[in-house]
Amino acid sequence: MAELSATTPKTEDRPSALREFWFYFSENRGAVIGLYVFMAFVICAAFAPLLAPYDPTEQFRDNILQPPAWQEGGSWAFPLGTDPLGRDMLSRLIMGSRYSFFVGIVVVCVAVTGGVIIGLLSGFAPKWVDTLIMRVMDIILSFPSLLLALVLVAILGPSLTNAMIAIAIVFQPHYVRLTRASVLSERQKDYVTSARVAGAGKARLMFKTVLPNCLAPIIVQAALSFSTAILDAAALGFLGMGAQPPTPEWGTMLAEAREFILRAWWVVTFPGLAILVTVLAINLMGDGLRDALDPKLKRS
Amino acid sequence: MFGYFLSRLGMFVPTFLGVTLISFMFIRVLPGDPIIVMAGERGMTEERYQEMVVKLGFDKPVLQQYWDYLVGVMHGDLGESFVTKKPVWDEFFALFPATLELSICAMIFAVALGLPAGVIAAVNRGKFFDRALMSSALVGYSMPIFWWALLLIIVFSGNLGWTPVSGRIDLLYYFPSVTGFMLIDSLLSGQEGAFTSAVRHLILPTIVLGTIPLAVIARQTRSAMLEVLGEDYIRTARAKGLSPTRINGLHALRNALIPVITVIGLSVGTLLAGAILTETIFSWPGIGKWMVDSIFRRDYPVVQGGLLMIAVIVMLVNLLVDVLYGIINPKIRRR
Repeated sequence: MAELSATTPKTEDRPSALREFWFYFSENRGAVIGLYVFMAFVICAAFAPLLAPYDPTEQFRDNILQPPAWQEGGSWAFPLGTDPLGRDMLSRLIMGSRYSFFVGIVVVCVAVTGGVIIGLLSGFAPKWVDTLIMRVMDIILSFPSLLLALVLVAILGPSLTNAMIAIAIVFQPHYVRLTRASVLSERQKDYVTSARVAGAGKARLMFKTVLPNCLAPIIVQAALSFSTAILDAAALGFLGMGAQPPTPEWGTMLAEAREFILRAWWVVTFPGLAILVTVLAINLMGDGLRDALDPKLKRS
Repeated sequence: MFGYFLSRLGMFVPTFLGVTLISFMFIRVLPGDPIIVMAGERGMTEERYQEMVVKLGFDKPVLQQYWDYLVGVMHGDLGESFVTKKPVWDEFFALFPATLELSICAMIFAVALGLPAGVIAAVNRGKFFDRALMSSALVGYSMPIFWWALLLIIVFSGNLGWTPVSGRIDLLYYFPSVTGFMLIDSLLSGQEGAFTSAVRHLILPTIVLGTIPLAVIARQTRSAMLEVLGEDYIRTARAKGLSPTRINGLHALRNALIPVITVIGLSVGTLLAGAILTETIFSWPGIGKWMVDSIFRRDYPVVQGGLLMIAVIVMLVNLLVDVLYGIINPKIRRR
């Protein structure tokens, strides 16, 4: 193998992959804005305890349902007001970013790892194994994702961890299909044949030769799943099947605030706005990633 | 064409069996004994317990249990609800029209706004309209719809008082259910104001449920239109001197519709998932709310039956979309 790689032509005159990627990515202004917002979100999640002015579960009994600072009756002690139990909204929102970030990361990692491995196997395995795997994926895809996640959580018991497991299982088939489709088209190509002729084993062919060339659509899908995972986890929390109170998870906060919607708009508006802005930023970024990574859509 | 249909059907059968297997397993992998759950806090005597084991078939081998379940499903027997003691099948079809009515309205809303939005955006590519429409579509696509519902309630029900907050019709009106569709039944009842009341109850849930499909359809229509507008036959049509309206509306849109129809078909799953949230928020008496309530009440036969029925509906719609796609697009059929 060592002699082989030494004889491959040098490609130094090409711009580095990262710089080329950034060139296409930065052409999409929305994507860059999305990236900045997402970075702010990540910083918020990382340094939440330092940024939050109060403890998210601390109750200020004298300041129950206090409106935001700019509204009459509000004060800068609680910039975004307080909730029905007198907890500071801003602190809860900042801490909530941790849960959403955590959900996104865990779900995407689990779903991508599992999905890519199953997809690679499916693409390289004998026909009957492939058919079997694809039928199983079809079966999972027949259930609306939120419903299946809801039922899985009903089996496992409501908690944020179980919600993440359920969402990861529901997302798996997308990666399996995506990986398998790219593997099937890559397998035909000459470089794979030459690697096989050079004596590469099945595992090397799968993970070193073919997989890197299938990554682009998977990365794009991962970015989009990150936002869908946050949405689904919030929806489960909202239905009482995700994170349990008093966890300051955004969906759970919305569920707790429901009965106050006509009295205190801020307890409902801010958690939802946080979800929307985060999801929107990630989706903008995902669109930019697709433009930058998918050669078919690249403007030549 | 017939062969194509048969091959699609051939894929449907194993998937259907798999779906029944999953819903069959559901009640058996639950933590705790379903019979104890059914008894609730009152508890149950040992004899009664044994009686229930036999009645539910838990004493037979698992394969036999699955076979009995499958035969039952084929005969429309999904078991009885623990809570209401009514057959799950009957409950499902009593509530399904409410969900269907809401879904149809949401789909009409999404297509009626999404198609023109996509076409306008594509024709004005890169201009103000395109950017404004596509930005709104992305916002709609990223929307947590349960929050969107609450916002609409605050503004339209709370501040403006235009729309009711929950239910399908005002309690003032009562009439027998003929079709199960409130819009039709209220018209048939002939009661003054009943139809208006039904419409007013439908507005907010329709908007909430239709928002994500609307965004998806607008985005898909735009990209499909852009692709078609670059084709040679469009240039030919332009060279012939046809008016832009005729080119965009007739030549381009018709061909752009093919992928859009697929997206519309595939949105059925999204709609049913969205119905869970929408119906819960608006207390809409459909299958979404029924499922959520049953999960909380631990009414397992209902969850099991509902899960199966919803999956089968999604599969049937996907099959229908595949077949329709084959009819519209001959290239697919010959593969």
